[in-house]
Amino acid sequence: MLKVENIQVVYGDSMLVLKGPSLEVPEEGIVALLGANGAGKSTLIKAISGLLASEQGKIISGTVLFRGDNITGMAADDVVRRGIFHVIEGRRVFQELTVEENLAAGGYTRKDRAGFRSDLEFIYDFFPRLAERRRQSAGYLSGGEQQMLAIGRGLMARPQLLLLDEPSLGLAPLLVQEIFSLIRRINTERKTAILLVEQNAAIALSIADHAYVLENGAIAMSGKPEELNASGEVREFYLGISEHGERRGYKAMKEEMRSAFPAHRA
Amino acid sequence: MDFTFLMQLLINGLVVGSIYALVATGFVIIFKSSSALNLAQGEFLMVGAYICLYLVLQHKVPFIAAFVITMLFSALLGIVIERTTLRPLLGSPVISVIMATLGLASVLRALLQIFFGVDTIPFPEIFPPEPVHIGPVPVSIGYLYSLCCVAVLLTALTAFFKYTKSGLAMRATASSRQTALSMGISVKKVFAMSWCIAAMVSAIGGILLGAIRGGVDMSLANMGLKVLPVVILGGMDSIAGAVLGGLIIGLLENLCGGYLDPLVGGGVKEVVPYIALVLILMVRPSGLLGSRRIERM
Repeated sequence: MLKVENIQVVYGDSMLVLKGPSLEVPEEGIVALLGANGAGKSTLIKAISGLLASEQGKIISGTVLFRGDNITGMAADDVVRRGIFHVIEGRRVFQELTVEENLAAGGYTRKDRAGFRSDLEFIYDFFPRLAERRRQSAGYLSGGEQQMLAIGRGLMARPQLLLLDEPSLGLAPLLVQEIFSLIRRINTERKTAILLVEQNAAIALSIADHAYVLENGAIAMSGKPEELNASGEVREFYLGISEHGERRGYKAMKEEMRSAFPAHRA
Repeated sequence: MDFTFLMQLLINGLVVGSIYALVATGFVIIFKSSSALNLAQGEFLMVGAYICLYLVLQHKVPFIAAFVITMLFSALLGIVIERTTLRPLLGSPVISVIMATLGLASVLRALLQIFFGVDTIPFPEIFPPEPVHIGPVPVSIGYLYSLCCVAVLLTALTAFFKYTKSGLAMRATASSRQTALSMGISVKKVFAMSWCIAAMVSAIGGILLGAIRGGVDMSLANMGLKVLPVVILGGMDSIAGAVLGGLIIGLLENLCGGYLDPLVGGGVKEVVPYIALVLILMVRPSGLLGSRRIERM
């Protein structure tokens, strides 16, 4: 469905942020894009959605193909019209607008009024908390509700491919669980393909069919979640999931501290 | 007699204030969508007044038709200016954009002088000269028309922003440009639209002001400057604030002009908007209705 091939991106004409990564999202699939802070994950999906242009970024080589069409460097509004919606990082809702107006803005590119109405109802069913607050200013929603609004707003465009940037960012663990099970449901119930950018590797791998690890602007490895999970090295270095859990880690650190500062022994 | 005098000052203040409000609204719309101050707002106003006058005087076009043509012309002017001077500056610092509007003001003013000269051109009487009486107070019909016209326009603009898709797109863009882009909203189109609307409302302000004053000359452009205290007073990014600020400044000017000017020998009328501005900003730095960002506790 989506095919990114050897894409290179520079910011401000000098800084090479993406050094030719390639990735693929199959129809109706969930693909996770993992990696540390600053690895270039957000840049990669901005390159797909066309938002790069608003940040002085430029694709200097490589291609982005969507269902066989070349959409490399296409303007953001045309990308949305083609069926790719980018839910940007940090759940940036329009604070001054009401919940319903935010959703309406998400459906800006829609032409069919009836479909628009039924999708609005669908989203209120899907996120009942938004329905209760439809007339409230979005700025007053809680963090979790804002994330639901940001995702619901994306669904209003009825995309075939949803690009999600860090949906877990700054949310409590229980809420993260809730958001991810909703993402899973969007994928199965609406047949929407999802490209998920996450730092929280464990939860991303739990719903993804395939994952890529991005490091310093290049793909360091890729595979099925169970393959990535199986390799201890991968877990330690790229995914930040320790082999023996938190307690062992803490104990080991204490040992280290003791040998480094023998005075503590006394 | 005292009461009648007061009423006249109040009505004058309301009428002039409502026109300030209208022009200030144009100013706010541009500021909200592109965070640029349009220092050519006064020139937009003058262009409107001159074009309408020219059509009526030179081509004997009936006033209403001339009005409509002026609107179309202004809309076009707004779009052309956005395309040729603002869009190339997209992404450059706001100060460059502001300087560009300053340059634009000079160019527009010079063009108007070339075409129409610098003398005051009398405005034909489009409203019957005899006033209507509201109680004991004589009120010019032009004033009433002007007030109604502004009220209708502001209501229409409010409805436009609240209920239309384009209005929603403009508000979304004002709230967060990148997020609006990610919705598929064409931010370029929104900019063009805001310049278009700003030019049109200013032109209407210019025509009304010309008709009320009975003449059009270069001093009309000073309105652009006068609008600055109005919008800062109301809060740079609030249309309701612009309306409130406009009415306050209009009333204040006329009341002070009527009562204080004779006592001190004049000049208060010109200064008082700025004095009010300073005082209100001391208490409310973001203006009367300007937004302090929503913070969730």
